[in-house]
Amino acid sequence: MTHTEAGENEGLLVRRIRNGTVIDHIEGGEALNVVKILGITGTTQEALSIATNVPSRNMGRKDIVKLTNRELSKEEVDRIALISPHASINIIRNFKVCEKKGVEIPTVIEGLVRCPNPGCISNTNEPIRSKFRVLPTGLHCHYCDWVIAKDLTSYIL
Amino acid sequence: MATRHIISIKDFDRSEIDRLMDHARQIDSKKYDRNALSGKILAVLFFEPSTRTRMSFESAIARLGGTSVSVGSVDACSMAKGETLADTIRVVSGYADAIVIRHPKEGAARLAAEFATVPVINAGDGAGQHPSQTLLDLYTIRQSMPIDAIDVALVGDLRYGRTAHSLASALSLYNVRLHTLSPTGLELPDTLATELADKGMKIVNHDTIEEMIGLVDVLYVTRLQRERFPDSASYFNVASSYRITPELLTEAKEHLIVLHPLPRVDEIDPRVDESPHARYFEQSKNGVPVRMAMLMDVMQ
Repeated sequence: MTHTEAGENEGLLVRRIRNGTVIDHIEGGEALNVVKILGITGTTQEALSIATNVPSRNMGRKDIVKLTNRELSKEEVDRIALISPHASINIIRNFKVCEKKGVEIPTVIEGLVRCPNPGCISNTNEPIRSKFRVLPTGLHCHYCDWVIAKDLTSYIL
Repeated sequence: MATRHIISIKDFDRSEIDRLMDHARQIDSKKYDRNALSGKILAVLFFEPSTRTRMSFESAIARLGGTSVSVGSVDACSMAKGETLADTIRVVSGYADAIVIRHPKEGAARLAAEFATVPVINAGDGAGQHPSQTLLDLYTIRQSMPIDAIDVALVGDLRYGRTAHSLASALSLYNVRLHTLSPTGLELPDTLATELADKGMKIVNHDTIEEMIGLVDVLYVTRLQRERFPDSASYFNVASSYRITPELLTEAKEHLIVLHPLPRVDEIDPRVDESPHARYFEQSKNGVPVRMAMLMDVMQ
């Protein structure tokens, strides 16, 4: 299936893209957090389309993010898995889906979220990046062992 | 060979803990080489006050023929000028064969290990880990009874008390039932309680010390910090209800041992010191052989 067909099934809510990445099957309502995880802000260059709460046969409702002229790396893709484990990634080149991949929850994430523990050494001026182990109970700070069990997105750097 | 650090008791498995304690027992019975660390230098980097931990590490290296160097007070060192811990550690790595560090920030020892080119031993990082204390706590219990099928009570500030957290984690490797008694708001953190339960540890929470005292083999008492309470009255109210007295101990099992990481304030009546249950000064003394075993482990 091309992303064009996917678009048509949803009534073409957002325009086709020539080159870039389509992130499909994002949990409903998480699109803005996906964008935040990817570090996309008003000051970055990408043309961005977001569709939220799109009806989905399998998921009930889902979100879709389309990024023009940017192909996501494996590390970026896997970060999305932390908030949307069923997301699928389509890399688009010249309007065609050239690569389609799922997301895998990473075992370690670095530099993505800050430790909520104000007493943690990672919240100082030391020359380190935050580092968390991803375990079933949540994200465990590599330095102080503090656990982020919920509201991960509020700690994104 | 990779540099060996001692950062958290969670990095140990049971066989490693048992091996270190066996070694400490051997040292305790004076069977050790007094020049084992001759010519070696231990850097003692304490960014927080300490009496027992610092002196026992210095004593441990001296007893093994080595020497220690330190920066004196925090005010006197370059950290006071804004130097990062990472830079301090890189520099001190060039001066010594191992570093023992105490720091107010949690995770500081883990960071130090990443920047050091010599072994790092954590001597307490904020409310985080204090593995040498845990090892000497276990060692003291083992002097009195096998750490198997026993009931251990943790009493006091179980929320912020790092010694209680580390000990509970270590005991989860053994067949131990944990009893807890703490003031409202100072209970064992949920994440830790879940972690312990996941490891199969049974945890029993109590409301009064009287209902618990007859059930346990080890009573581990920690200091209640006055600043954790809204006012002096509520502190004194709780502190008096938790106080260990000779009268209370008449209800205890005959072989019960009372431990405390010290310093104590009001938690244990001084009259208990003479009781056969009291082991906290022995516990403190055990810091030397246990830390000697640790130093030999990482420096040899």
